Amino acid sequence: MKQLVIISGKGGTGKTILSASFASLARNKVMVDCDVDAANLYMLLHPEIQESHEFSGGMKARIDQNNCSRCGECQDHCRFSAIHEKKDGEFIIDSISCEGCGVCYHLCPVEAIKMKKSLSGEWFVSRTKYGPFVHARLGIGEENSGKLVTEVRKKAKELAEKNKLDLVIIDGPPGIGCPVIASLSGTHMALIVTEPTLAGIHDMERVAQTAHHFKISTACCINKYDINPENSAIIENWCQKNSIPLMGKIPFDEDVTHSMVNLVPLPEYSNSAASKEIKSIWNNIKKLIVLRGE
Amino acid sequence: MIVSIASGKGGTGKTTVAVNLALSLAENQPIQFLDCDVEEPNAHFFLRPEITKRKEVSLPIPEIMEDKCTFCGECAEVCAYNAIAVLKDNVLVFPELCHGCGGCSLLCPEKAINEKGQRIGDIEFGTANDIQFIHGKLDIGQAMSPPLIRQVKKHMNSTRTIIIDAPPGTSCPVVESVKGSDYSLLVTEPTPFGLNDLRLAVETLKKLDIPCGVVINRSDIGDSQVEEYCHEQHIPILMTIPMDRKFAVAYSKGETIIKTQPDYREKFQELFRKIAAIKK
Repeated sequence: MKQLVIISGKGGTGKTILSASFASLARNKVMVDCDVDAANLYMLLHPEIQESHEFSGGMKARIDQNNCSRCGECQDHCRFSAIHEKKDGEFIIDSISCEGCGVCYHLCPVEAIKMKKSLSGEWFVSRTKYGPFVHARLGIGEENSGKLVTEVRKKAKELAEKNKLDLVIIDGPPGIGCPVIASLSGTHMALIVTEPTLAGIHDMERVAQTAHHFKISTACCINKYDINPENSAIIENWCQKNSIPLMGKIPFDEDVTHSMVNLVPLPEYSNSAASKEIKSIWNNIKKLIVLRGE
Repeated sequence: MIVSIASGKGGTGKTTVAVNLALSLAENQPIQFLDCDVEEPNAHFFLRPEITKRKEVSLPIPEIMEDKCTFCGECAEVCAYNAIAVLKDNVLVFPELCHGCGGCSLLCPEKAINEKGQRIGDIEFGTANDIQFIHGKLDIGQAMSPPLIRQVKKHMNSTRTIIIDAPPGTSCPVVESVKGSDYSLLVTEPTPFGLNDLRLAVETLKKLDIPCGVVINRSDIGDSQVEEYCHEQHIPILMTIPMDRKFAVAYSKGETIIKTQPDYREKFQELFRKIAAIKK
């Protein structure tokens, strides 16, 4: 069983459009949405939720005002500026800033602080016409998205093994930080979707370096390559120089937006230029994953 | 006034709005620009600042003094992030899990833990068209961006109008970036993904008690649901920018809308006047 993750560095380059297209083109796979704080893949896959699970990423501190002696020790030692003194001398914890380290809880001389598990999201196992789909919803403004990604991926892998499916396809988050690292780790290949803009190139380089840092092999494709052919040529050269195989170049195509507005994966909506190129990218990826072996 | 530019969904045009707004205002008022998308900072491609100073940012991680350590395990016990493991005669520290809370060194009964700085990235300072420019750059392989974002924001200069370019999403890096703003501009596109992520962003700002308005970018590519949602929720739509291949091509080269089409300068100034009026 292989795991393919789709990442980009920069947001909005087409990860989810590509993932949904692969959902429609690939056989025998589990789909996963690891962009847990702005999840969109479910909108194109129309899941029927079979199981939902609560996710608790960490703890939050809370002050029991009845026991608090208002000494301020907690505030002095909180490195996340999560404890504030109100005008009336009452100390309160801003749960959004609290990272749950528990330093205040350990230090409070009158034991007025309690640590409580915080419910920070939900994850789901669903049935779709494309096969099993594992997805999640991180609570608003919550942390620990990396942990939630790990949780979701564990379940997807389990499902793939149980059902003897060959592949797990992961729609990854933007950026290069915690949820991206959690999405990358242990995958067989990362497909980087970039666009021919200075920002797209810069962000592709950083996310490729991140994948390389964690020893994950990469492949690349360019979306809207015809917006700036010179920049696309720069990307192609860069890929060649870094031995990153280029899987294809998707042209700018209004059908991409139309398919999304109609909530249908592109290959099922249209056979336009972008759709054809994505099919060819999928065929190239398939070959590459088989070639690269275990 | 502090105005942050956020979006939920990536690639909707946060940086475009932030840099064009900053450049349009800079003629008439002192501006400071903070790029808080420290994982993938891009504003410098458009503002092209001359970088004059660089500062390394590090996170305090524990360093065990083996001659004092009795391997009692207290540090591993108090660490909420499983960043320390104590074996029979060895202590392992996992820096990538450490949040730098200082609990272990504070609570070690033998005072056997020092903190040493571990590099997580850089902050760069510069100027561009009289705009004070600051951005953070997270090192490759580092998981945690919020501590770096906090450091970038420590350099806020309240004598200026501050414009913050936030990262995409709705989780901790976004919260860290927009926290303390007087107003947030949410940049979206009129598509189902745009709407879904706009909703999440609005919820995030509500939780933080920050008032917000919307800019609809590529306003003619999709459907009308974003508009309908904004009307229902009484969220003002402060600006719309139509899809224009010219803008997309300019963006790809690191060029601004106001350079491509100078009458947009007035539109971005108008956008700011609307925000100022709401804040009054």
